[in-house]
Amino acid sequence: MVPLEWYIGLSTIIFMVGVVGFMIRRNLIIMLVCVELMLNAVNISLVAFSHYLQDLRGQVFVFFIITVAAAEAAIGLAILVTLVRNKGAVHTDEITDMKG
Amino acid sequence: MDKYTLIPILPLAAFVINILVGKQLFKERAHWVSTLAVFGSFLIAVITFFEVVNGKNLNYDAYTWVLSGSFKVSIGFLIDPLTAIMLIVVTTVSLLVHIYSSGYMHGDPGYYRFFSYLSLFTFSMLMLVMGNNLLQLYFGWEAVGLCSYFLIGFWYEKKSAADAGKKAFIVNRFGDFGFGLGVIMIFLFLGSIQYSDIFAKVGSLQGQTISLLGYDVDLITLIALLLFCGAVGKSAQLPLHVWLPDAMEGPTPVSALIHAATMVTAGVFMVARFSPLFNLSSTAMAVVAITGALTSLFAATIALVQNDIKRIIAYSTCSQLGYMFLACGVGAYGAGIFHLYTHAFFKALLFLGAGSVMHAMSGELDIQKMGGLRKHMPITFWTFFFASLSIAGIPGLAGFFSKDEILWLAYNGGPIGKTVWIIGTIVAGLTAFYSFRIIWLAFFGSFRGGHELEHHLHESPSSMTVPLIILGAGAISAGWIGISPLLGGNNWIAHFFEPVLGHPHVHGSHSKEWLVMGISVTVAGVGILTSMLFYLWMPGIPQSLSVKFGAIHKVLWNKYYVDELYDFIIVRPVKWAAVNILVAVTDGKIIEGIVNGIPSRIAAFGEHIRKVQSGNLQHYAIGMCVGFFAILTLIMIIFTK
Amino acid sequence: MLPVIFFIYFAIATTTLSILVITRKNPIHSVLFMLALFFHIAALYLFLNAEFLAAVQVILYAGAILVLFLFVITMLNLKMEVFTEPFIGEWPLSVSIGVSILLLIFLSIRDFLKGPLGPYTIDVIQQETNTKIVGKVLYTEYLFPFEIASIILLIAIVGAMVLAKKKN
Repeated sequence: MVPLEWYIGLSTIIFMVGVVGFMIRRNLIIMLVCVELMLNAVNISLVAFSHYLQDLRGQVFVFFIITVAAAEAAIGLAILVTLVRNKGAVHTDEITDMKG
Repeated sequence: MDKYTLIPILPLAAFVINILVGKQLFKERAHWVSTLAVFGSFLIAVITFFEVVNGKNLNYDAYTWVLSGSFKVSIGFLIDPLTAIMLIVVTTVSLLVHIYSSGYMHGDPGYYRFFSYLSLFTFSMLMLVMGNNLLQLYFGWEAVGLCSYFLIGFWYEKKSAADAGKKAFIVNRFGDFGFGLGVIMIFLFLGSIQYSDIFAKVGSLQGQTISLLGYDVDLITLIALLLFCGAVGKSAQLPLHVWLPDAMEGPTPVSALIHAATMVTAGVFMVARFSPLFNLSSTAMAVVAITGALTSLFAATIALVQNDIKRIIAYSTCSQLGYMFLACGVGAYGAGIFHLYTHAFFKALLFLGAGSVMHAMSGELDIQKMGGLRKHMPITFWTFFFASLSIAGIPGLAGFFSKDEILWLAYNGGPIGKTVWIIGTIVAGLTAFYSFRIIWLAFFGSFRGGHELEHHLHESPSSMTVPLIILGAGAISAGWIGISPLLGGNNWIAHFFEPVLGHPHVHGSHSKEWLVMGISVTVAGVGILTSMLFYLWMPGIPQSLSVKFGAIHKVLWNKYYVDELYDFIIVRPVKWAAVNILVAVTDGKIIEGIVNGIPSRIAAFGEHIRKVQSGNLQHYAIGMCVGFFAILTLIMIIFTK
Repeated sequence: MLPVIFFIYFAIATTTLSILVITRKNPIHSVLFMLALFFHIAALYLFLNAEFLAAVQVILYAGAILVLFLFVITMLNLKMEVFTEPFIGEWPLSVSIGVSILLLIFLSIRDFLKGPLGPYTIDVIQQETNTKIVGKVLYTEYLFPFEIASIILLIAIVGAMVLAKKKN
C-alpha cells in the first residue's frame, strides 16, 4: 500500500509549485491559475487523510473547498477583467499604484 | 492678615491693578492707585515705628511654604529697630517720589506702566527689609534688581536706556553670584535660612576653616566676603560700580527712589543685618571698610570734573554709600544705618531737585549750560541748597550728625579705622566741593544756555515742589535723632539700634572727639570756600587747572577708564566667545546638527526603507514566504531540540 | 505492487504537469496543462476511494472553472503575451525559497503522527456507495455549511455580474 506520507509529500510538492508559480509569473491570469493549483494540492492532502483515517470529514471538506474555489475563481476573474479594462495592463509589474 | 503683612501687600496690589487694567481703566489717573497704596503702607510703617520705639519686637512667619524636616521656607516678618527705620525710609521716600512722579511723568505714554513698576519696586524693597529669612532677602534682592532694570530702561526705545538697564542687571548678577554662594554656604553649614537660627548658631562656626584651592580659608570670613560680593554689586561699590552712572538714563524719580534712597542701600542693610556674622571676622570687616573708603574716594574724585548734573549726584551716591560701608567695616553699624537714613532724605532731594531743574531746562543736563536759575526757581534752589549743606556736613543739618558719628567711630577703630578716617575726611572735603560746584554753576551767575531755553525757565508745579519741601525739612531735621552727647543730645538713635547692631567700643576722650568734629567741619568749609572761589569769584581757575593737570583731568573725566577696562577684559572676550563658539559651534554645529540631523537621518533611512514598498504584489508575496520560512525554521528548531 | 506503480506514475505526472503549468509562456497552454492535471488528480481521488469527489472534480474544475479561465483569456486577447518575459526579475530567489520550504516540510513529515481512526472504513463505505454516504453526512451533520455554500455561490454570481458589466 502507498504510505500516507507519500500523499502528503506529493501534496506539498504541488502546493510549493503553486506558491513558486504565484511568486514568479508576471501574468495575472496565470497567478490565479496557481491559486487553483494550491487549492487542489490541499484537496489531495485532505482526501488522503480522509482515506487513511477512515473518516468522511476530509471528503466533505473538499466538497466545500471545491465550491468555494469555484466562486472565488469567478469573482477573481471578474475583478481581473475590470482591472484590465481600467489599467490596460495584465502584468503585475505594470500595476504599481501602491508604490510608496 | 495683620497690619504688618499689609505693608508689602498694598503696593503689590497696586502693581497688579495698574499693570493689568491701568492702561484701559486709569490712564492719566493711574498714580492714584499706586500713591494711595504707598500712603497706606507709609501710615502702617509709621505706626510700626512707634510701636518698636516703645519696645515691640516681632519675628513671625506669615506663611510657611515648605516644611521638610529641618528645612523651612516661609514668608516671615522680622520687626525690630533696624527694620523699623528702613520701613520709614522706604515708605517715605517712595511716597514722595510717587507724588513727584505724577507731575514729572505727566503726559508720558507709559504713565500707568511707570507707576506699576514703582509699586512693584516698593513691594520688593519692603519684602527685602521685612524678611526674617535669607530666601526672602534674596527674593527681594533679585526683585529690586529686576525693577531697577525695568525702570532704568523705562524709555526702552532709546538704545542708551535699554543698554543701561541691561548693564545694571548684568553687573548686579556678578555680585549676586557671590551672594548666592554665600547664602548656600550658610545653609550648608548652619542648616537653616532663618535669621534667628543663623545668628544663634553662627558662633559655632568660629575658627572653622574650609579648604579652597589648597589654602585653608576661615569659613566665616569666606561667607562674609561672599555676602559682601552681593552688597558690592547692589550698592555700586568698587569694582562693580559701573552701572550706577549709566542708570541715570532712567527717569529722575527713579534715580531718586532707587539709586539714592532704597535699592542701593539694600547692600548696607544686608551687611548691618548680618552684623553678628561680620563681627566674627575681622578680615571681612577690614575688606568692607577699605572697599567703602576706596569707593568713596574714587567716586568723589570723578564727581569733581563731571558736567552732567545727574551723574555728579550719582557719583555722590556712590561715594556716600562708601561711607556707609566704611562705618559698617569698623563696627559702627548703627552709624552706617543712621547715615543711610539721613542720606535718603538729602540725596533723594538732590535728585528730585535735579529733576526739577531738568524740567525747567527742557531736559538739558549739562550744568555748564545752566546758570542763575535761583531767580526763576526759588523753591528748587532753596531745597537744593539745604540738601547740599546737609551732604557737606555743615553743623545743625542732618548730614553733619551722621557723617560725624561715622568719622568719630572710624577714628576709634584701630589702625584700619584711622586709615579709613583719613580717607573719609578727605572725601568729606571733596563732597562739599563738588556739591557746591553744582550750586554755583547752576543756580548762580548768568544763564549760559541760550535765549531759547531762557524763555522756558519756570518753577515746577506743586506736585513736584511739595515733595521737595518735605524732603528739605527731612534733610534738615532728620539728623536730630542722633545728636551726639558731646553736643548735648543723648544719641537716641544709637541706643535705639543697640539691641540689634551692637555698639562699637569707644575709647577716645572727649577732646579727641571735638578734634575730629572740628577737622571734618573745617574740611567741609574749605571745600565750600574753594568751590566758591573756583566757580563764583574767579571762574578762570578751573580752566587753567584742567589745562595744567591735563593728564589727571583726562583720567578723572573718563572715570579712570574702568568701563573701557571692563569692556576689554570681559565684554569683548564674552562677545567673541558667544559669536565664535556658542553661535558657530554649539548652536550651529551641535544643536542644529542634532535638530536637523535627526530628521534628515530618519528621512534618509525612510528613503531606504521605502523601497520595500515596490507596489509589485509578488514582492510582497516573496516577503511573506520568507517570513513563513523563518517561522517554520524557528518552530522546527525550538520544538525538536 | 501495482498500486505503487500507479501512484508513482500519477505523482510524477502531476508534478511535471504542475511545473509545466507555471512555466508556459502562452497562457492557453498553461490552462490546458491544468486540464490534464485536473484529470490526473481525479484519478488520484479514485485511487483513494473518493468516487464522488473525482466526479465533482472533473465536472466543476475541469468543466466549469477551467472553461471560465479559457473564456477570460480569449476575451482579453493576449496576443503579445508570447513575446514578453514570463517571469519577474527575482525568480531565482522565489524558487530557492520555495525549495527551502519544501525541504523543511519534508523534514517534518518524518515525525508525523497519525490521529485516531474514524468509523468509516472502506467496507462500510462500499456497502452503500461513496456518494450515498457522503450525501448522508452532508445533509445531516453538515447541513448548515451546505446552505451557506449555496449563498456563497449566489454572492459569486451577483458579484461577477456586477463587476464585469460594461458601463453604457
